Amino acid sequence: MSCSRRKFLKTTLSGTVAASLPLSAFRFLSPAEAKAATGTPNTRWGFLVDTRKCVGCGFCVKACKKENEVPYDLPVSRTWVERYVITKNGKAHIDSPMAGRDGFTSKKIRDEEIDAKDVTKAFFVPKLCNQCENPACVQVCPVGATYQTSDGVVLVDRSWCIGCGYCIMACPYGVRFFHPKYKVAEKCNFCYHRISKGMKTACVQACPFGARQIGNLKNFDDPVTRIIMTERVAVLKEEYGTKPQVFYIGLDSNVR
Amino acid sequence: MTEILTVHGMDWTIKQLFVYPNEFIYWSIQIVMYPYMTGLVAGAFVLSSLYHVFGQKDLKDMARFSLVFSLALLPVAMMPLQLHLQQPLRGMNVMFTPHFTSAIAAFGIVFSTYAAIVLTEIWFVYREYFVNQTAILKGQAGFANNFKRILYNILTLGAYDLSEQAIAKDKRAIKIMAAIGIPVAGFLHGYAGFIFGSVKANALWMSPLMPVIFIMSAVVSGIALCMLTYIIIMEWKKFQAILAKGRGDESVIMLRGAEIEVMTTTSRYLLMFLVAAITLELLDLIFRGYTAMKSWDILRSVMFHEDFFKIFIMQYGMGNALPFILLIIPGLTIRRTVIALVLVLFGVFMMRWNVVIGGQAFSLSFEGFMHYHLPIIPHNLETFKEGLMGALLVAITPFILFWGINKILPSLDQKNI
Repeated sequence: MSCSRRKFLKTTLSGTVAASLPLSAFRFLSPAEAKAATGTPNTRWGFLVDTRKCVGCGFCVKACKKENEVPYDLPVSRTWVERYVITKNGKAHIDSPMAGRDGFTSKKIRDEEIDAKDVTKAFFVPKLCNQCENPACVQVCPVGATYQTSDGVVLVDRSWCIGCGYCIMACPYGVRFFHPKYKVAEKCNFCYHRISKGMKTACVQACPFGARQIGNLKNFDDPVTRIIMTERVAVLKEEYGTKPQVFYIGLDSNVR
Repeated sequence: MTEILTVHGMDWTIKQLFVYPNEFIYWSIQIVMYPYMTGLVAGAFVLSSLYHVFGQKDLKDMARFSLVFSLALLPVAMMPLQLHLQQPLRGMNVMFTPHFTSAIAAFGIVFSTYAAIVLTEIWFVYREYFVNQTAILKGQAGFANNFKRILYNILTLGAYDLSEQAIAKDKRAIKIMAAIGIPVAGFLHGYAGFIFGSVKANALWMSPLMPVIFIMSAVVSGIALCMLTYIIIMEWKKFQAILAKGRGDESVIMLRGAEIEVMTTTSRYLLMFLVAAITLELLDLIFRGYTAMKSWDILRSVMFHEDFFKIFIMQYGMGNALPFILLIIPGLTIRRTVIALVLVLFGVFMMRWNVVIGGQAFSLSFEGFMHYHLPIIPHNLETFKEGLMGALLVAITPFILFWGINKILPSLDQKNI
């Protein structure tokens, strides 16, 4: 059989293309992804933070770290509490030592004692992943290891994340970090393992003052949804177009 | 025994004022090296293409060398990425499940396309040489010769035709590959700029000018590195000629003349791209200051206070203005060129540094700063990979590769080709 080089190359090329086509038609889904894709579409998880009720006790941070196995004594955390002290000169003094885990027992902010007479207002702001409707982190993940479920929560596939850190860079809220043990991107997922079983998130359950609440935004009878719909709420950093789904009552213009 | 856990980035990040708890300098020295190395690849290729496509005869001697050098740089563009991944073994996942809304996902594809173009062009440039070598080595005995003959024979891919038409066809193919290669090289690097420019969360990075700025500075650094390497090699050859034949020998004088001529012409291209790069960077800076968006306050304090020395003295002053003056003064000498080239390379490196590290020098809260302390002496794998040692490893690899590749594809000895 004679076979010219040209013909050989041609056949090889078309053979390779033909062989790779059927393979590319399939997409392998992990069980979690498959479940997420077929999940109930009448749920959209949303979160409500009433900053007026928060006293900065840090129980939420403690509970979250324990529930989600985030190393307790490292500064990173899926959720954290910020303290804002505004003085008469208009300056905002902000801190969140150890993510607010142990509460705010000292009056000092970064070794600076603030005279109580100078303080005009002071408050606490709990932060967590905003589970954005238009998540920048999902957009930039090069391998699709972070994805949005049909009920709106953004998850990370620990078995597929390559640890490039692009999602950490892309998040305007700074909620992401590398998990010290698993060496992959880590973030709050509204305790997905709990809420999908009808439980509350660890932080909501731990909050003694009801400052944190979670609800289904598609269910208008949900008390949390009712508050979001009927009261004046705000979201963080709206200007980034990420459409955050964590709503705040009593947000101040000093909040970063 | 329990494993000691640390947060990635904690080893080299110093926080100042209010910074969110999860914020650290996650993208460190290797991400500075990444655009720097891809920039060198793209720049070296563009330089060689100027001869092949636009027939810039004055660049003939540089063309072949810069083409082979861009091949040596090619694998090194991947290295920093691998070294910075938290899961380096999963790096290939980008090729398996590319998620195309991500700017990084196309890297594998753009990069492979570019690699294919470079390899194809080199093959056409060297085909004649491969065939000749196969013929020359045929009669010679010895294991090394045998090995080389087989290697060259494989490299010919069975195309032994050296007729005039075949050679003309090769030339046309080279021209086509070089022509396709320019936009692809530009894309490869502009796209590195896009990776940064599209991060809307980062006030310093987000700019549509970022890809263009990256291309311009890439070409600048690529040309500078090629010129510098060329000078070093020519000086070595001159030194050998002096040793063999004495200082006043005709061949020494000829080498010296050829060298300064190549440098004078190439430096003109360098200057052109340098001006374009600086103009765009300044435009970006002025525009930010003039529009003074929310982020300007923190950007201003980073640029004019925290990083003033790195940006205005090291990058613009030493890296741009000074070499510009050195190169533009008439009566260019080799010594002056070398100083200017080293400064240009340093300037582009500082530009990458100021973009990558500078972009993380302030908190997303706009209320605090982060300082990067480059790990010099590593005390664990992380501080090795993302420290001075890792960066040096990336920096020297292309020269080692070039040394090896040049043994098979001689790009410096004009007589052989």
